[in-house]
Amino acid sequence: MSDPLFEYLCRMGDNTLVLGHRVSEWCGVAPVLEEDIALANTALDLIGQTQLWLGLAGEVEGKGRDADKLAYHRDVWDFRNVLLVEQPNGDFGRTMMRQFLFDGWHLAYLKALTASSNDQIAAIAEKSVKEVTYHFERSTDTVIGLGDGTEESHRRMQDALERLWPYVGEMFLSDDVDAAMIAQGIAPDPTALRGAYDTQLDGILAEATLIKPADNFTHKGGKTGVRHTEHLGHILTQMQWLQRAYPDATW
Amino acid sequence: MVDQTTKFSEAPDLLKELERAKVQGAPLTEKPTVETVWAWLSVIPDPEIPVISLTDLGIIRDVEWDGDTLVVTVTPTYSGCPATSIINLDIETALRGHGIENLTLKRQISPPWTTDWLTDAGRAKLEDYGIAPPRAAGGPQHCPHCKSTRVEKISQFGSTPCKAQWRCTDCLEPFDYFKCI
Repeated sequence: MSDPLFEYLCRMGDNTLVLGHRVSEWCGVAPVLEEDIALANTALDLIGQTQLWLGLAGEVEGKGRDADKLAYHRDVWDFRNVLLVEQPNGDFGRTMMRQFLFDGWHLAYLKALTASSNDQIAAIAEKSVKEVTYHFERSTDTVIGLGDGTEESHRRMQDALERLWPYVGEMFLSDDVDAAMIAQGIAPDPTALRGAYDTQLDGILAEATLIKPADNFTHKGGKTGVRHTEHLGHILTQMQWLQRAYPDATW
Repeated sequence: MVDQTTKFSEAPDLLKELERAKVQGAPLTEKPTVETVWAWLSVIPDPEIPVISLTDLGIIRDVEWDGDTLVVTVTPTYSGCPATSIINLDIETALRGHGIENLTLKRQISPPWTTDWLTDAGRAKLEDYGIAPPRAAGGPQHCPHCKSTRVEKISQFGSTPCKAQWRCTDCLEPFDYFKCI
């Protein structure tokens, strides 16, 4: 394993990078103008946060790689994002369900991270909390609105929840990298955040008249990089197209 | 059909301006005071909301001399705000135009930018421009056009990362609200 701090920062940056790219796929094709703008803004925040996380990762690594190098010159096996964020957009409902499931974890995790013993990490977390607060507020409202909406929207949101639920658990798994971060007071233990996440989720799903799947089976392998889903490779062919075709091109 | 040749030749306007500023800026005989530099910065408009200046926006956190190098510390409003690089270019252009030769622009993300740093003058200018200024209560005080307090939120997000979309239910005009963060 490479330096745990570098691994850890790649996890943070790859989550925001891959989700940011996924959300940006809606630009220009969302169901209504306001949602198009909101999705583009969310994607922009996430890509901005990626620059901070991967920028710091490159600094920590000390091999001259900056955020762009890490984003565009690595292949699937080097990515450390959770599997949830690489799942395809599906319909608008599924995109918003994915956002909601991620935002709840993201906000709670970042809030805990503001107390990091690493000043640079605490600063990025503090900056991100402000942006992610808005993401979570909006995704929560949308999940409630569509879940408790028409028969059609309700059905689609319930389908989305059932499809994405098996990817939620990975955000709360703890491994050797987490243990190293916890030992140095750099990051919180993700397993410790699960209880509060579930309580909050149950309240919102009840309001949205959606039923949480009973089975807590979870897919894993994204944050360790051991086994990504097939979707990540497809994202990278698009996201990295320019750098693959014209390495180191700039303008 | 758009004439591509013309378009491309016009594209690097900002760079040209930067070059021109370098030429025009006569070398300074003595270092300007930080107060003078603050005054120069206070007339640089925000690239996306040009009625307010960079100092109105509260994103210039510090100006100091480090030997012969002027160090200007800038904080981004939102981490992904595309205006950030234009802002840096505008600062550089302006200061070079005033004859500053050695310049360092430092990015500072902590403490994170907050709308509390908007100046009162900046808030008033926003309102005159038709953008409701931020309020701790989380929404605009009134419609910036007709001043009615009967307003509703359309979307948490707007045309730039720092704004949300609201609407007045009296005059029916939509308007931007500067989000409170």
